[in-house]
Amino acid sequence: MKLPSPPLPKFLRPTPPRPGDGNGDGADRSPGNGGGSTTTAPEPKKLDKARGAAVEGTASVVGYLDERTGMSPFLRGFLYRKTPKGNTWYYTLGSATMFAFVSQAVTGIFLAMYYTPDASRAYDSVSHLTNEVFLGELVRGMHRWGSTVMIILIFLHMARVFVFGAYKYPREINWVIGVVLLVLTLAMGFTGYLLPFDQRSFWATVVGVNINASAPVMGPYIADFLRGGAEFGAATLPRFYAIHMLLLPVLIGALIGAHLYLVSKLGTTAPPWVKGEKKSISEETI
Amino acid sequence: MADRPPQPNSKQKKSRYTADRGVAGAYEGETMTRRGLMTGGALAAGGIATAAFGLPALGFAVGPLLENQEPEVWQDVGPESDFTTETYVPRVINIVAEIGESGKTTIYVRKALPDDKSPSDKSGVEPLPMVAISTRCAHLGCPVRYIQASRRFVCPCHGGIYDDQGAVGGGPPVRPLDRFYTRVRSGRVEIGDRFSLNSKLERYSPRDPSQHLDGLWEYLYPSRPST
Repeated sequence: MKLPSPPLPKFLRPTPPRPGDGNGDGADRSPGNGGGSTTTAPEPKKLDKARGAAVEGTASVVGYLDERTGMSPFLRGFLYRKTPKGNTWYYTLGSATMFAFVSQAVTGIFLAMYYTPDASRAYDSVSHLTNEVFLGELVRGMHRWGSTVMIILIFLHMARVFVFGAYKYPREINWVIGVVLLVLTLAMGFTGYLLPFDQRSFWATVVGVNINASAPVMGPYIADFLRGGAEFGAATLPRFYAIHMLLLPVLIGALIGAHLYLVSKLGTTAPPWVKGEKKSISEETI
Repeated sequence: MADRPPQPNSKQKKSRYTADRGVAGAYEGETMTRRGLMTGGALAAGGIATAAFGLPALGFAVGPLLENQEPEVWQDVGPESDFTTETYVPRVINIVAEIGESGKTTIYVRKALPDDKSPSDKSGVEPLPMVAISTRCAHLGCPVRYIQASRRFVCPCHGGIYDDQGAVGGGPPVRPLDRFYTRVRSGRVEIGDRFSLNSKLERYSPRDPSQHLDGLWEYLYPSRPST
């Protein structure tokens, strides 16, 4: 099966004949989305040559990769999958959450280049990267506010899925994965809150760890695990840092992969106000 | 079906012998196929290899739960004459030495009265000479402040209130304020380890805030393995 190639950008297309510019018979009237039609032109212009080279070059690179990876059926199925009638902007909340996560990951990596996870130097390193490093205020601000944005978006996404009934058969597992992602995202917020190591983050973490300690039976062990000991000590901040930037991002990334796999495999649900025609329903269920 | 030789248990269960199951190249009395042995062996080897690095790493992460890291330290907080039976005097001690300012905490110290229901020292013989009260609220660990006029400890976070013995007077705290061991050495007051109390001011090993110590609750919040 041959798919149509994507449309060329404007500057690579042949110029259409101007009105009153000679007879216009020799001008190329091809619409500019066919790869092979350019060779039939009697006198290829410079732009046509460039266009042909660009198309062929892209095609050969794509072909090389596809021959060796077999990715194109997967990508075509993933990127051009059919969605039910009546999709709305509400359906973008999941992607928005994911891009918030990507933004957090990127800004977090760069913040880690200046941050020192040591109880006596953490505050100074945060102060340094905020006030002295070029654009540090902006990058830290994006990370700090981005965390709030991500938590708002993940709740909105969850509400959308709940209200639209998209958690029902056969998508229960995706709901469960989503709930785990919600918990991990909140854990990200909790562990990241300590890292600036000012009074607010210190006491918020003291209270947060003690809330964990209030769980019967397991509570004392959870609290000692989080603190790395009986008291908030030298081990606590590196521990939170490692959980925040190594353990949780890897888990979230892996679960986002599973979440997306199931979304592409099962498809999205139609909004509840869209009534399916019987014919289209029977086609879709196949 | 009728032509086949009688196979015992053929309807209920497969024979455990490979020879009976018609596996090619089976030995007499063999119960495991070579493929099964290799599969199981590979899985076991993989499991052992994973456990070889997984279990030490896990133990490394949870180790602080199991070992008592802090040796007993006595900290000098001033001469005995600084303290009276009338009021609490604030003093700053190190809870965790190596993390600077954030490892310090305020405690309130006064001389013990004969009618204090004060716990005795570790050997259980002599009463503690001083009452040294931790400022860590027993609700969620915020720092409490002593207000002399009302003779109450008050927590700023969620409104916990304690009387001048550190027992709960109101609000969300689940048990009295923690205390520290005290002793007097050649006229100087020294502060030792933390201990927790239940509502009858009986001594327990140090617990985290929010953990009840009365009645059945005591068993739902186990003490640290290291204490």
